[in-house]
Amino acid sequence: MTTHVELRRGTYHDSVSLMQVSRSVAGTDGVTAAQVAMATELNVDVLRGMGFDVPDEASPNDLVVALRTESDDVLPAALAAVESTLAGLRGRPDTGGGEDEVPPRTVGSAARRSGATLALVSVPGPHAVTEAFDAVDSGLSVMLFSDNVSVEDEVRLKDAAAAADVLVMGPDCGTAHIGGVALGFANVVRPGSVGIVAASGTGAQQAMCLLDAAGVGISHCLGVGGRDLQAVVAGRSTRQALRALAADPATDGVLLVSKPPDPVVLDEVERYAAALGLPVHWAVLGAGRPDLTEAVEAFLTGQGVAVPPWPHTPAPREDSALSRGTALRGLFCGGTLADEAMTVAEAELGGIRSNIAHSADLRLGPDLRDEGHVVIDFGDDGLTRGRAHPMIDPTLRMERIAVEASDPTCGVLLLDLVLGHGAHPDPADELADAVRSARRAAHDQGRAMPVVVSLTGTDGDPQDRSRCEHALASAGAGVFLSNSQAARHALGLLRGTA
Amino acid sequence: MTASGRPLRGLLDTEPVVATAGVSLLADALRDQAVEVTEAEWQPPLPGAERDLARVMGDPRRVAANAVAFERMTSAHAALVDVVPASEALGLERGTFLHAGPPLEWDRASGPMRGALIGAVLFEGLAASADEAERDLAAGTYDLEPCHQRGAVGPMAGVVSPSMWMYALHDDVYGNDAWCSLNEGLGKVLRYGAYGPEVVERLQWMTHVLGPILRQAVRTTGPIDVRSVIAQMLQMGDEGHNRNRAGSLMLLRELLPGMITADASSSEIAEAVRFSGANEHFFLNLGMPACKLATVAAEGVPGSTVVTVMARNGTDFGVRVSGTGDQWFTGPANTPEGLFLGEYGPDDANPDIGDSAITETGGIGGFAMAAAPAIVRFVGGDVPFALRATRTMYEITTGEHPSFQVPILGFRGTPTGIDVTKVVRTGILPQINTGMAGRVAGTGQVGAGLVTPPVECFRAALAALAAAVPA
Repeated sequence: MTTHVELRRGTYHDSVSLMQVSRSVAGTDGVTAAQVAMATELNVDVLRGMGFDVPDEASPNDLVVALRTESDDVLPAALAAVESTLAGLRGRPDTGGGEDEVPPRTVGSAARRSGATLALVSVPGPHAVTEAFDAVDSGLSVMLFSDNVSVEDEVRLKDAAAAADVLVMGPDCGTAHIGGVALGFANVVRPGSVGIVAASGTGAQQAMCLLDAAGVGISHCLGVGGRDLQAVVAGRSTRQALRALAADPATDGVLLVSKPPDPVVLDEVERYAAALGLPVHWAVLGAGRPDLTEAVEAFLTGQGVAVPPWPHTPAPREDSALSRGTALRGLFCGGTLADEAMTVAEAELGGIRSNIAHSADLRLGPDLRDEGHVVIDFGDDGLTRGRAHPMIDPTLRMERIAVEASDPTCGVLLLDLVLGHGAHPDPADELADAVRSARRAAHDQGRAMPVVVSLTGTDGDPQDRSRCEHALASAGAGVFLSNSQAARHALGLLRGTA
Repeated sequence: MTASGRPLRGLLDTEPVVATAGVSLLADALRDQAVEVTEAEWQPPLPGAERDLARVMGDPRRVAANAVAFERMTSAHAALVDVVPASEALGLERGTFLHAGPPLEWDRASGPMRGALIGAVLFEGLAASADEAERDLAAGTYDLEPCHQRGAVGPMAGVVSPSMWMYALHDDVYGNDAWCSLNEGLGKVLRYGAYGPEVVERLQWMTHVLGPILRQAVRTTGPIDVRSVIAQMLQMGDEGHNRNRAGSLMLLRELLPGMITADASSSEIAEAVRFSGANEHFFLNLGMPACKLATVAAEGVPGSTVVTVMARNGTDFGVRVSGTGDQWFTGPANTPEGLFLGEYGPDDANPDIGDSAITETGGIGGFAMAAAPAIVRFVGGDVPFALRATRTMYEITTGEHPSFQVPILGFRGTPTGIDVTKVVRTGILPQINTGMAGRVAGTGQVGAGLVTPPVECFRAALAALAAAVPA
């Protein structure tokens, strides 16, 4: 066994690219472990957890190459694999050219070269606001995919954007559709006349996919950031988005997807929309309110569109001889989907422990473990510092699925899977494998392990939702397009009535 | 609403053209949809700078302030109007010496700076020997002051004493004046720290013969448009810092009629003409104050992050920024890398020295290296390197100079107005072309090459800019 740890100063690559490098190198013959990552606090912890000795002087701006190989002989090949995959990350078509060409290094510089109209910023949170200001100053609207942006910076940024007549979508904006182009994590949905304003990324994806399944298309989907309708941000981006949609000939009305807004802001936004003559329908998520599926159904009914049966495959019956746990375990990548499932489940089960718990006393500790009902949002800020979103890098959730498989308290596993551009190219087969092995592991221990997957997507998505549903169902999971139906099905399985 | 009348500048009316920074996968997803994408090769900023950057980037004054600073910097005029003794021009008192770079005490002065000060003391007749001059300088007998403090600039050690003659330049747009000493030529010269008898002798001749002849020439000819000479020389293979051949010839062409009709002996005139014509850097001492006039016009714009001075004293590198006025931000000067004269090598080179980085501050010199591909023979590197150097500087500057153009880049304006935020964001440091002085006092020039400022200057400047952002 040979271990190699190397620090490369001032070399930077984004976490997604490095995840791909790590995977590719780990697949080299004779390599037992490979981690190529920026030395963020989280990654250093992970590396040390893997038994690598990371030098103390490592800073988040340094690249760590950590390899473990079966023997010394393999190391040169492993290092060569690191070099070639890293080299493959650079030299993209727009940064190449002659030996005297210089790639743009800032958003503003990139925008000037192409006459860009929109910036997509996904650099790590502490740096995101700087690039976003640069974009706004360059006259560009911004999709701010990055999270970990302070609310003070958000307000300043949105004020600058309003002054420049551009839109800030975000921070933590996962999805958008503009002029037929899908940005970030976005599903391929049919064109139509419904404008979406989204203060919630996966919530908007769920709503658009439900509309698509009902034959209703969208004109644009403009993200505004999860805090936009809170009192402190006061709907700054929402108003900009509504004004643009009101002037858009393709848009007849707006579906606004949000967590519960501040009542004053809600009132102001409604008056603003009324003055624009723009019909706005609210899909507000939260306890005591219609869930997202019900909100979309009400919207469809209001439009005179028949509500179809939402695509689903129920979970197979488990052998009654198997023992059953009693706790719900929801492992999510989509924040809004996690929150909605938790809200649906809490109506029946009471308080659920979570890293995005509805009250402070229900907050999970750093190990994210509890014997009772648990819902985890793996896409939450706290779990994405220095690593890719779980829709891209599902490692942490995959590990947790395996943990639940051998936990006798786990009564039902509720998962989400979000398809579309930007997401993992083939997430269903990977998840299906995990479901299959989790169920097998539980069955081997004489326990039932019912699994329900909330599958957001369309058949137009690169991953093809129907195919994914089939793959997951074949692995023994119940699969639902409607997230709230998935949650209710999981509750039924827990009660033994489904 | 914008001019088009469409909200959000017409964002929803057409398919977007996208600029991205961050996760490449998201750019790839756009390319998969046949969307035009330009991806920034983003890297984290200088460590620990993110809070200051966010603060300064969010300063609502910044964009307009930088536009004002850039407009002033690129529209300032520069005319050579007179040649006068420093005592007259700068009110320089006997016993006061100006030097290049940020403020400096004798104890921290490098070899060439000490050598130049010793030479100037000898030249002024304040000491009978180098030892005596050194002793008095060490004892603090004389006052030392940066050239920039008096609106002057000096190449290399930049030492100016009251009896030296200065070019006087005037900007009639913003009403500013700037001064620079006369160029002594190459080899063993005061500005490189040499102070032998031949150095002092040459300074005497410049004061008694060259200065008065040049004064008569300028006064006869009338003001000479120095900015126009810079614009032309960039199209003739000069970059205005380490290569001044075309500029020097054009300057001589302007001055020659007035020089040969000056009231002096024919042998003195012949020597003055020969001396000026033989000096490839004759023009440098006019290009520098012209850039000083440009950058001084951009000073003092609240909220502006544009650099208005870069200067080195052989020990420290200092910068000043428009939004923070005359405050210096310093760090230890780097040692240039490049080509050496004769037997000299890297160990002989002194850390970076001179006010001549005002040329880069004003958008020429290293920033215009693409205009002077021949310079690579002098400073090292190859021709693509020269092109790349200029192209890289666009990443850290505010705009492109409307008058200073680079033919090989399609007459693109030179990158002008270094933006502190862009330096800190990208970690790209300004490219400076420079001469190299010998480390030991009295040596003179040992080579020429390339150098960058220490990052500390820009981090410190950014911190001060952040602290100055209104709450």
